Amino acid sequence: MQDKLSDQEATRYSRHLLLSQIGEGGQIKLKNAHAVVVGAGGLGSPVCLYLAAAGVGKITIIDPDTIEVTNLQRQILYKTNHVGREKAQMAANQMQALNPLIQVQAIGKKVENCNFEQVIKDATAVLDCTDNVSSRYFINQICVQAQVPLISAAAIRGEGQFMMFNFKQQTSPCYHCVFPDLDGDEAGLNCSNAGVVGPLLGLMGSKQALEFVKYVVKPESCSFAKLTVIDIWSEQNRQFNLAADPACPVCTAPEL
Amino acid sequence: MQLKINGQTVEVTETKSLLDVVKEFGASAPFALAVNGQFVPKSQHESWNLAEQDSIEILSPVQGG
Repeated sequence: MQDKLSDQEATRYSRHLLLSQIGEGGQIKLKNAHAVVVGAGGLGSPVCLYLAAAGVGKITIIDPDTIEVTNLQRQILYKTNHVGREKAQMAANQMQALNPLIQVQAIGKKVENCNFEQVIKDATAVLDCTDNVSSRYFINQICVQAQVPLISAAAIRGEGQFMMFNFKQQTSPCYHCVFPDLDGDEAGLNCSNAGVVGPLLGLMGSKQALEFVKYVVKPESCSFAKLTVIDIWSEQNRQFNLAADPACPVCTAPEL
Repeated sequence: MQLKINGQTVEVTETKSLLDVVKEFGASAPFALAVNGQFVPKSQHESWNLAEQDSIEILSPVQGG
């Protein structure tokens, strides 16, 4: 545990230090925080950039893919000359270049094959920025078991969804409670076959990074167990209160 | 009984379950349901009691990232 900021850090994070909700105490909490980001794509890009810039002391980025030219329309971590390189390593390089005062770890594997339980052992929260159901189910399950908060977002076409779960709370619902029957939906819509508006990923990913920062400095300000649905074309943003499903096989909440 | 589904007014017979109402409306799985802003877990889709003027939202999962 670090209990103070260096002069260099105090200068770099001065615009945070000016805020009553963050200040030096909050910035020290950020310095001691560990964010685990799964997916270094459209959501992971703004998440990584903002968390690194904000001074989150340790960031782990997990992604098995390589950068393709079709990613560049929305995955703002990467430049044209990065095509063909590994996403996780490149994301880590970009974060480290942005902020050399933090610690960054790249894992170029599928989340299912990276010893995820171990990776999140000291995590403050996990940010799910993946693009498929099986990874989302896997991440949810491990976070429930380890009682590590999960900040989940998704986007396709012009629709975005955001959910945040605090699994330290016994009554928390989980991702599986909300969408229990997505197995076999692997052939469903994704950004490759349905498309997505680039800046929508910025909106949703920034929300994830923002809620991570808020959770670290002022957890009581976070809205857990709500589903926020954004539709950019109708400009109808809706929010729903989530509840645990007593029949959920993943979290089997003891009470509703 | 008059209800709203995704903002649209619909008329249903009293006896129908929440699940039947949304299926009749054309919802196809997978989806999540909310009534009056409150999420209804899947295990309660059939037993949930609807009331006059309830507002139902059918939410399709989004997975892209």
